[in-house]
Amino acid sequence: MAKENNVKLHGMWASPYVKRVEIALKIKGIPYEFVEEDLVNKSQLLLQYNPVHKKVPVFIHNGKPISESLVILKYIDETWKNGPPLLPQDPYKRAKVRFWTIFLFENLLSVARSEGEAQETASKVVFEKVKLLEEGMKDLFQGENHHIDGENMGILDVVLCSLFGAHKAQEEVLGVKFIDPEKFPRVCSWVTTLTEVTAVKEFRPPHEKLVVVLQFIRQRALQASAA
Amino acid sequence: MEEVKLIGTWPSPFSYRVIWALKLKGIPYEYIEEDLSNKSPMLLQYNPLHKKIPVLVHGGKPICESAVILQYIEDVWPQNPLLPNDPHERAVARFWVQFADNKVPCIWRLFRTTEGDEQEEAKKESMEMLRALEEHGLRDKKFFGGDKIGIADIAFGQVAHWLEMIEDLVGVKLIEAHTFPHLHAWTKNFKQVPIIKENLPEYGEMLVYFKRARYNFLATRGLGI
Repeated sequence: MAKENNVKLHGMWASPYVKRVEIALKIKGIPYEFVEEDLVNKSQLLLQYNPVHKKVPVFIHNGKPISESLVILKYIDETWKNGPPLLPQDPYKRAKVRFWTIFLFENLLSVARSEGEAQETASKVVFEKVKLLEEGMKDLFQGENHHIDGENMGILDVVLCSLFGAHKAQEEVLGVKFIDPEKFPRVCSWVTTLTEVTAVKEFRPPHEKLVVVLQFIRQRALQASAA
Repeated sequence: MEEVKLIGTWPSPFSYRVIWALKLKGIPYEYIEEDLSNKSPMLLQYNPLHKKIPVLVHGGKPICESAVILQYIEDVWPQNPLLPNDPHERAVARFWVQFADNKVPCIWRLFRTTEGDEQEEAKKESMEMLRALEEHGLRDKKFFGGDKIGIADIAFGQVAHWLEMIEDLVGVKLIEAHTFPHLHAWTKNFKQVPIIKENLPEYGEMLVYFKRARYNFLATRGLGI
């Protein structure tokens, strides 16, 4: 364990990937400095810390940078042993969680960036994933109810939360309802519980602000593809 | 020790990732060759979601996705570790494994193209990917893992052996000694590691297999070679 613990997080307030790291740091009770990055005008520091992808989040522990949200979450889990573990201890359960975090790879952006038939196709992919998750939840939690609170959130909770925590804003802007309580009751219940967790609530930007950002991303993307 | 089975397909690079990890750690296992054109009930039972290989079955419990399998093997059998000890270096290794899974597939997009815009695009993407490996991943190390191979080297195995086949079939040269000196040397060094050398699909046979696969794929798109 490092003697000094200097933790910085370079991020952007609306990024779901950055949210994942913020929630994890909160759950583990790790103090950190947040550095807001302007993604339209990337800082020299960001380009130096993440030359491969030039993206946020970038996590810096005692001067050493780490990129990619899932890699950062695992690093946090391994380095700070106090507080709840983000990954289960049992290797087989860990493997199942890892499998699902890879599976829940973000496809929402393609829905946001398209319209008409293209959007329908992109939406189908997301619907299919949520449906498979709904069915997979039985095996994942082996019939037990997945009880979550701020104390025992794991990596999968964090990822799901970052994807669908803002689902109301997503529905408003995209006109598609992925978290449908009738079609996907288990997933819906899971997401709803997550959004009520204190650590998550604290990091959720106000609904109106999120709607504005999503609309901006969507307009820009639609204009770019029409050009 | 509980029984270990690997369901794989020759000559899938993802299958080989798991073979290398098991052999490097000296884990005995039973290999089961899967015919992907006629998927077995066993595969459908063990991987109902994706119906893909490789699948590792340990004591009857299936693990899918090669990157997840590699990590599982590392968790259960810590001898001859594939990940470094230092937490930051571990994070860097995992970053590159994720990069391998997200970015290296562009070489397979290239594989499926013929001359034209699509091929140029795939070529450009592949070159950018290789440039990132050369300048940021490998730099001046012998292996991604340092002095000996690690999980990232295993993840990039496709680039060492299968990319050469893609270059031959598509008729493009991506990795050359003067453009990617470190990566070029790495492809040679990686294949010289005894466990890797003894466990690679024979190049000629692989070329025939993928040539046919490419032909069939292009034919379905109405493109000839």
